[in-house]
Amino acid sequence: MKVIGFIIAVLTGGLLIYATVDFPEWADPASPASMHVSPHYIEKTMEETSVPNIVTAVLADYRGYDTMFETAVIFSAGVVCFLLLRIFLRNAPEERLYRHVLTGVTIRIKRGGRLPYSEDFKRIDTLWTPHDLIIKTISRLLIPFIQLFGLYVIAHGHHSPGGGFQGGVILGASIILLAISYDLRTALRRIREKVDAILCAAGVFIYAGTGALCLLLGFNFLDYSALASVLHVDPVTARSHGILIVEIGVGITVMATMIWIYKNLASTGKYDEGL
Amino acid sequence: MGDLIQTIIAKYNYWIYITLMMIGLYAMIAKNNLVKKIVGMGIFQTAIILFYVSIGAKRGATIPILEHGHGEQGHEISSHMVHAVDYINPLPHVLMLTAIVVAVATLGVALALAIRVYNRYNTLEEDEILEQIREK
Amino acid sequence: MIWQLDLAILTLVVICGIGAITVKDLLGAAILFGAYSFMMCLLWSIMGAVDVSFTEASVGAGVSTVFFIAAVFRTTRRTKD
Repeated sequence: MKVIGFIIAVLTGGLLIYATVDFPEWADPASPASMHVSPHYIEKTMEETSVPNIVTAVLADYRGYDTMFETAVIFSAGVVCFLLLRIFLRNAPEERLYRHVLTGVTIRIKRGGRLPYSEDFKRIDTLWTPHDLIIKTISRLLIPFIQLFGLYVIAHGHHSPGGGFQGGVILGASIILLAISYDLRTALRRIREKVDAILCAAGVFIYAGTGALCLLLGFNFLDYSALASVLHVDPVTARSHGILIVEIGVGITVMATMIWIYKNLASTGKYDEGL
Repeated sequence: MGDLIQTIIAKYNYWIYITLMMIGLYAMIAKNNLVKKIVGMGIFQTAIILFYVSIGAKRGATIPILEHGHGEQGHEISSHMVHAVDYINPLPHVLMLTAIVVAVATLGVALALAIRVYNRYNTLEEDEILEQIREK
Repeated sequence: MIWQLDLAILTLVVICGIGAITVKDLLGAAILFGAYSFMMCLLWSIMGAVDVSFTEASVGAGVSTVFFIAAVFRTTRRTKD
């Protein structure tokens, strides 16, 4: 199998290298990729949408239909991971371990036994137990600032590199940091499963709902200048605000999906103990 | 000979991108372990995105964020003429943003499948899994 | 568009890619894949694609590496291949 794989890779590589002989020179301003539609995007973005970041304007306004289906793809990936892995346990796990906080003594409760609730005993995982004070303290101090930065990246996507995807991933990564530095049950208490799933769908709904709203007001689907009558501004600023609304929708979906996939992967669906 | 050197200097970056793609393709076909195949898929995807983004580069141009836009009164600046030669082509960047996010979604689904396969057959090597299927 | 930096980082990228599929430890392969993603992010910054580079830094070198490590933790770390 390795020999066949090597021959296939060499043959395909040879064909592709033979095809690059016809390519235009690298970084040529007159190459065909930069000739037809993209000068229109570069020159007309400021006067049609008043958004300086050309990539955000093209992504959310000129090619907004594409981005809506991409958001639906992310949502469906989260749903597929949930359907593949999630197990709803009927009975309690085999054994549970509890650690006495002050002395470090660990006790083990088999199935059927019960420990009365008290503040001195904390549940720990059977496979891997994080018990580091420095990591816990630093994470607890840093997570609010990471979330603030994520919100800034979403909101400032008009003027600097950024936008909905990047900000949503940073927000999701802050909750994953909480799950890694404390344990998975702390993160589960913060963001419950139902809230997570509803947020996933709410982002796609905001995006498609904005498009449908423009359709109801008499314009084309996802033509944001229709929002001028709802927001009481002129059509060009309405396009800028429409871009902000759909970016918020995309950010919500991406954040909820990253958290959902991580929870399903790290605990293989049992939501009991994890990384 | 001088012509060959000229061709190599002009096109060497495309050949390195094709080498990366072929490394990813070889890993997907020839490796036995499932996680190694998924790593090969990731290498293939990012190499294609690299090739695509390199098409949009322009010599002597700046990043695709308009300079006069910051701090102005919105859209009444039609006196500033924007030339397309000064800015890097933004269209490949837009398409590849979608591609990166779809790649991470595919990675999540592939890893979920690998965990399910491990739970069922207790191994991640492809030949051992085929053996267990054949002897049932 | 400094071509010397470009060539150096491309060499590192190819070495990381070959290393990620050759090591016999799956955790090492996951970490090398994270390093490969970060080198790609640097390449795109040199080419001027700042939005793509931002996305790859947060998605590839961040969340994608964490997914790999979570999956390796739940299955097995050794491989014969």
